[in-house]
Amino acid sequence: MNRQIVKLFAFFVALFAVLVGFTSYWSVFEADALREEEANSRPLLEQQQIPRGRILTADGEVIARSVPKGTGTALRYVRRYPDGPLYGHPIGYSFVREGDTEFEQFHNDELVGEGSEFSSILDEFLDRDQEGNDVVTNLDSAAQRVALDGLEATGFGSVVAIEPKTGWVRVMASKPSYDPNRIPTELERLNANDLEAPLVDRATQGQYPPGSTFKVVTAAAALESGAIDADTTFAAPSPMTFETKPLANDFYQSFGPIGLATALTNSVNTWFGQLGEKVGNETLFEQMERFGFNSKPPIDIPADALSTSGVFEGEDLLRAGDPVDLARVAIGQERLLVTPLQNAMVAAAIANGGKLMRPQIWSRVVDPDGRVTDSLDPSEYRQAVSEETAEELTIAMEDVVSEGTGTAAAITGVAVAGKTGTAETPGNESCAGVADPNQAWFIGFAPAEDPEIAIAVTVECTEQFGGTAAAPIFRDVAEALLGSGE
Amino acid sequence: MRSARNRELIALVPVALLLTAGFTAVFAQEQTQLDNLSLIYGAYFFAVCLATHLYLRVRLPRADPYLFPLVALLTAFGLVMIYRIDDGLARDQANWFVLGLVLFALTIQLLRDYEVLERYRYTIAAVGLLLLLAPRVPGIGQQVNGAYLGVKIGPIAFQPAEFSKIAIVVFLASYLREHREVLIVGARRVLGVTLPPLKHFGPMLVVWGAAMFMLVFIRDLGSSLMFFAAFLALLYVATARFSFVAIGMAMFLAGAWFFASTVPHVQARVEIWLDPYNEPENAGYQILQSIFAQADGGLFGQGFAQGLITIPGTDTPLLPAAQTDTIYSLIVNELGLFGACGVILIYLLIAARGFKIALLANDGFSKLLATGLTAVFAFQAFVIIGGVTRVIPLTGVTLPFISYGGSSIVANFVLTALLLLVSDRARREADRPGGRGLAMGAT
Repeated sequence: MNRQIVKLFAFFVALFAVLVGFTSYWSVFEADALREEEANSRPLLEQQQIPRGRILTADGEVIARSVPKGTGTALRYVRRYPDGPLYGHPIGYSFVREGDTEFEQFHNDELVGEGSEFSSILDEFLDRDQEGNDVVTNLDSAAQRVALDGLEATGFGSVVAIEPKTGWVRVMASKPSYDPNRIPTELERLNANDLEAPLVDRATQGQYPPGSTFKVVTAAAALESGAIDADTTFAAPSPMTFETKPLANDFYQSFGPIGLATALTNSVNTWFGQLGEKVGNETLFEQMERFGFNSKPPIDIPADALSTSGVFEGEDLLRAGDPVDLARVAIGQERLLVTPLQNAMVAAAIANGGKLMRPQIWSRVVDPDGRVTDSLDPSEYRQAVSEETAEELTIAMEDVVSEGTGTAAAITGVAVAGKTGTAETPGNESCAGVADPNQAWFIGFAPAEDPEIAIAVTVECTEQFGGTAAAPIFRDVAEALLGSGE
Repeated sequence: MRSARNRELIALVPVALLLTAGFTAVFAQEQTQLDNLSLIYGAYFFAVCLATHLYLRVRLPRADPYLFPLVALLTAFGLVMIYRIDDGLARDQANWFVLGLVLFALTIQLLRDYEVLERYRYTIAAVGLLLLLAPRVPGIGQQVNGAYLGVKIGPIAFQPAEFSKIAIVVFLASYLREHREVLIVGARRVLGVTLPPLKHFGPMLVVWGAAMFMLVFIRDLGSSLMFFAAFLALLYVATARFSFVAIGMAMFLAGAWFFASTVPHVQARVEIWLDPYNEPENAGYQILQSIFAQADGGLFGQGFAQGLITIPGTDTPLLPAAQTDTIYSLIVNELGLFGACGVILIYLLIAARGFKIALLANDGFSKLLATGLTAVFAFQAFVIIGGVTRVIPLTGVTLPFISYGGSSIVANFVLTALLLLVSDRARREADRPGGRGLAMGAT
């Protein structure tokens, strides 16, 4: 029997080797894949046991912090958002069951203190508890409030304010917002609300017809390509026929030979329609891309919460060479859709002598000991236009505010450059109850001679116009930011 | 032999130190300041082990020196793991550990001449089968997670299958000792397959029937598998006929396949095993969470008492049955692949010692008894570890000496006592002049 006993033992060695094999498979080889499984809540639960760092405004207000609940092994941290809906966008939320979104998601590694591979191994050996870092944003609490209050009074919409020289995002507001504190109980209801879509960050995801604000882009393309210069004039009768359809100016006003500044000041559709055709398809698309159109903005928000701006054929982006009604693209109609963030980038690029900086919400990472471990290094995204073009555009945009459609944006003692826009949106289902809904826009920057802030404001479903609905919000937000002592 | 017991004593010291260190680690995790409680626990544990050791020194001086320290090591490990889950449960377990040692000593005391077991083999078999049936007896039977595993008589609740496995191994060892030669000699080759003689085929069918019965009627898939595997192992060792094992396996698989496709609860177990993601929140929850817990362990684990068992702040289990079925997953989670390999290695070492005892034993009954006890023990470890690592469908048997459960720990100490009895006898006879030569001849 002894031989059989030895063989039986060998069989057990093999059986136990199988157990070791399977254990290795789950615990090491398949471990990463298993952690990605949707049914696996462990990674989130573990993160919940790490005190996630705070998120702060540039002026030190706490946007998000984690509070401990329970003790011992039941200890966990729950996210609190002291200002409720104020920073619902763009900060998003972070909860175990509901996951994380927007800024909370993008900066997750810093917030949970996920360091480099080396330092986390070191922590493991030293048995240091993982602790999150604070992330300080560039957001300005006062201006964010002003922006949301302004939108509150008018309806749905969004405000994005960027510091042109650095790309710092000072305000990013989206209305309607939601209270991130209530996500654990209300996520389903909020998700189901298709009409108001409070979870959609309109600043980065809202795609709206830009209306006349796009004339700035058309003008930039024309100046850059040499199609016109500041002194070029031509007549702009109303109506004119483009692509077999008539296009009129406001109040059917016809203009004799006028230059860029006058055309922009009065937002003359037929002038810019002709300009678009002068510039040509390729040049206009190229200019759009230099401003950031046709790709997702380089901002610290996850890509799935960012929309691209451009001319759309259904879901597809049209590119240079694709057939479009150039005259109507030139005045911001056709199938052109633009996010508030993109329009703020246009204003910021012109404000910064044509140099478009990467817009960034974060400013620095502060570890639990108070050391700044990382800070934002402003970087150039694209040279959107030359300095000369930027200067010509600024002059024309100053006229818009001083004597044109955008006078409501004027600030006492400060030169403001800007452009209004109003797109008729009869098909917008969110605007139920509004007779003739418009998408009202204002983009601009101030002070015009040395810009400190560039802002895009849009209001959905308003019966008013860019100059009446959006420009006053621009003024209030700009005042808040300029007054906060930059 | 004095040196054997000295080796045992020396081996118990690191076991007690390990228990002390384990408690220290758990305390360090759960409290900010350390107290000397872990030292006290370590001292208690060592005192109990020392007492057992002294008893062995007197009663079984020549018995295998490593078996008891290895078993004590698993118990110490289990106590720390269970304490880390729930200190109340660990107190129960410690009491059962002591009770187990009492029964361990009683077994040694009463069965010094363990061949008396042979005389009562049919009684023992009947008791074993009755024990298996007991959970289905109205009034005393208890259903746990759909399986009829428990019996409750007055204040005493226990799982009879744990004891039944010993009874059935004793019976099989005795029966096969008597009939092995007939089984070998009477075997005929039919169509190239060696079949046992029909007359002696009966017991095999009975055991197979019992296994199927357990599978369906008591719904104890794990024990069914473990019993039948131990039976085949014994049959193989007794007859040296691999074809008998193959036939037995084929019969078992056929039966299992048949019931897996007809009996809903067996079918459900198999379906969960094959596709746990189908119902991740319900049927597949336990096995998925078991695997996820292992995925979090990695090579080194998260450290004693640092894994998640419930969803923090709630009583909702994240690792269901962490103190029993899935304790191995918790070990992988907290001590990593290396810690888990250590545990598997201890089981393998125990199996090695058990088979060594069988090799050294002189008579057929002792050999088969040691082989059967070792095999059923090792299969039990395989069934539950294999279950939580998805090698086989997950069934609820305990991880011997580690899982929480009085029946399991007491029964396994009785099993250990029997192995030590066989070992002491074998070595005593080997030490007698000429004794060894006779033993070799009988093999």
